[in-house]
Amino acid sequence: MRDFRADLHIHTLLSPCGDLGMSPVNIVSEAAEKGIDIIGITDHNSTRHTALIKRLAARKGIFTMLGAEVTTMEEVHCLTFFENTDTLEKFQEFLDSRLLEIMNDPLFFGDQVVIDEEENIVFNEPRLLTNAIDCSIDDLEKFVHSLGGLFIPAHIDRMKNSIYSQLGFLPEGLKPDAIEISKRSTPSKELVQHPELKNFTLITNSDSHFPGHIGSAMTIFRLENATFSEISLALKGEKGRKVVRQ
Amino acid sequence: MKINDIITALNLTLISGKGGISNEITGGYVSDLLSDVIGSASEGNAWITIQTHNNIIAVASLKEISAIIIAKGLQPAEETIRKSESENIPLLSTSESAFTISGRLFELLKKE
Repeated sequence: MRDFRADLHIHTLLSPCGDLGMSPVNIVSEAAEKGIDIIGITDHNSTRHTALIKRLAARKGIFTMLGAEVTTMEEVHCLTFFENTDTLEKFQEFLDSRLLEIMNDPLFFGDQVVIDEEENIVFNEPRLLTNAIDCSIDDLEKFVHSLGGLFIPAHIDRMKNSIYSQLGFLPEGLKPDAIEISKRSTPSKELVQHPELKNFTLITNSDSHFPGHIGSAMTIFRLENATFSEISLALKGEKGRKVVRQ
Repeated sequence: MKINDIITALNLTLISGKGGISNEITGGYVSDLLSDVIGSASEGNAWITIQTHNNIIAVASLKEISAIIIAKGLQPAEETIRKSESENIPLLSTSESAFTISGRLFELLKKE
């Protein structure tokens, strides 16, 4: 086993707030330059850029976690990850059916496009991706788990779009696979303020919207190799796989 | 003012939490962020919100809020209704917006 450097919270230019420099090609070359082993692609309420990035990243020996950063109806941001294209597609269908019919204003929020390797636009998302979807945090967790996915409440320390800001405290019965601390805080600081977090695996990621920010916060995993199931084991702390540090 | 009087005067629907119906309402608070309600709501408030997650009941119980009014006709989650019954926190509903129902409640309490 060895240690793998992972940044599991990266937006592409598909997110309206994602910089235009966050093209699949740029993200992968930036990650390669920084020696990152595992990247998580998590656009707001969409998984549509993950497939291309996975293909490009594989050429550079980088493993991609396929996912999205979902905004629940309580406006809590949650990272979600799926093992294969089959479950990812099912999740995309779910997002398409639950995203509110509120259109994006590109001049105000930014463009929401999917591009190919040559940077041609291949899809334009008309609905505003940063809105909440019509699904509660509890139902989202259950649905993600029914697809064998991972459910990780995002940047829980932030006073905006986090469990603590929106819901005051961790809902009883919610079963996160890990909890993300933003780069503005540290797990040890959060453990002092919220002792209940000691019952969970904590991870940190960059939440990058600009190429230069990729890898500015990472989680180090000890794994046999970089796969979805190895990362799942590490989040559970099973079979010697673990989060070494955040 | 008693919750029953407010239900009648504002034409609210009692969804659940009958056990707390004799609570007195001494003021109101409007917010959808539970962290804000924990910090700023007061005992005896009627809390007006569009948040329907079951954490609202625990927050209301913690802050000794007399009743929760769900605005815009939103339907609380099953678990929220169940917890409102067990905690005796009345869950009230209105089809009006938080703005309109707040204005009407404010006028009503001012007359006291």
